[in-house]
Amino acid sequence: MKLVICAGTATTGKTAVLRGVVPRLQKRGLAVAFLKIDVQFAEEDELFAREFSIPTRKVYSGELCPDHCNVMVLGEALQWAERGGADVLLVETAGLCLRCSPYVDGGLGIVVVEATSGMNLPRKIGPMLSLADIAVVTKIDRVSQAEREVFRARIQDAAPTVRVREVNALYGIGIDPLVDHILATADVGDKLLLRGNPPVGTCTICVGKKEIGWQSHFGVVRALDNQTFYRGE
Amino acid sequence: MALHRSESALIEEITILAGHGRDGTPDGIDRLDLRMGDVVSVVGRTGSGKTTLINDIELFANGNTPTGRTILINGRTPPPEYRDDPACNPIALITQHTTFLSDLPVAEFLHIHARIRHTPVAAEGAVERTLTFANELTGEPISLSSQMTELSGGQTRALLIADATIICDTPIVLLDEVENAGINRSRALELLRGYRKIFIFVTHDPRIALLSDYRIVLKDGRIDQVLHTDAGERDLAPIVCQFDDMLSHLRDLIRLGHRVTRSDVASVDVEKRT
Repeated sequence: MKLVICAGTATTGKTAVLRGVVPRLQKRGLAVAFLKIDVQFAEEDELFAREFSIPTRKVYSGELCPDHCNVMVLGEALQWAERGGADVLLVETAGLCLRCSPYVDGGLGIVVVEATSGMNLPRKIGPMLSLADIAVVTKIDRVSQAEREVFRARIQDAAPTVRVREVNALYGIGIDPLVDHILATADVGDKLLLRGNPPVGTCTICVGKKEIGWQSHFGVVRALDNQTFYRGE
Repeated sequence: MALHRSESALIEEITILAGHGRDGTPDGIDRLDLRMGDVVSVVGRTGSGKTTLINDIELFANGNTPTGRTILINGRTPPPEYRDDPACNPIALITQHTTFLSDLPVAEFLHIHARIRHTPVAAEGAVERTLTFANELTGEPISLSSQMTELSGGQTRALLIADATIICDTPIVLLDEVENAGINRSRALELLRGYRKIFIFVTHDPRIALLSDYRIVLKDGRIDQVLHTDAGERDLAPIVCQFDDMLSHLRDLIRLGHRVTRSDVASVDVEKRT
């Protein structure tokens, strides 16, 4: 089974892009399954099921971050898609803290960014961009050609190996090359590994410590005038 | 193999192969070949599909846009490099955008754009020349340290035109309603005509339309017909320019807070202005 993980911050147009991708994959004879991972609200699963008659699921990450949740559920999700007879599993996820990325070795990683999001965005989203295979730039009709090209340069400066694809997802413009990339992706193996290294750290806030100030915390901590350092045993 | 600027400069012809309008009615012509040096207008009511047509061209449509049109360059399907690498893109598109969203100073923006368009910056002073060109078109000078986002509508359009002409310096230039730009339109046309390119103007302006070699008429999203400027229209063009100059003159007076008198309507020095 082919695995495509599509990440991007909220409202960038991930769903619009995948809505263009699904019918084109179907036209090429591939059975598609869709998994949406979000924090607390999503209805794309119902939308995709209704519109394309494909098996869909959603998972609310809730207490976990969506990328963390992705690591937990992805293996079972592939089995679920396999049982449903799918050739491709599309996973749509909203990575949040930008310290890790949801992409998996052997799968295709797509990050969706908006042409309107500011010239520094490519430097801000870290591994969500730099570990992706393809950066899809949406909303290209909202900016001038000159700005589109400069935005592309900013992406390539931040992530030189990532392929940039510009799309106007509402009209399906620029979607075909994405479909070609998906078709050219090999099936994933049995053992799945997260691409890149997760951030170092045990989060004391995650385990319930509310006190402000590094003195009250341990593990990887940080003071205003210091880089991160390790405190504790 | 990567293409280079000099190769995209060898473009002699763009071809538009027919698609269809919004209701599926086919374009009124099967194909249209635009040759190097042609000045073309795209006319039609608001919503008739003018911008969509030039977007088809800029995207090198391959039956994959809502109109189903196909664009060929020199009779062939354009190579993917045209879209993937701005340095190879033979088209500069000046859109109707009147604001920039780029949170960068003008100098940095132009330097980045020149870098990815492979425009020699140091030797030819492309960034400075772009700024000088833009400032000839706008009443409010732009400085290299201005933030892009702070530019007015007129400054934005002036900078887009200058950027397309000097930094992009492509063989094909698409201009979407330059007359709405709040810039010195006559000066823009004069400066642009100094370059041998294919110019495609989306326009509502009779002056631009009659100075074109032919005009593509859009209706309900489809190409309705192509009208070549005939001898009678060519004879009319200078008169239309006189009217237009008179209106520009009146517009300037009103903008500058002056009163307008009958003599302003009569006193236009036609010879000097055309």
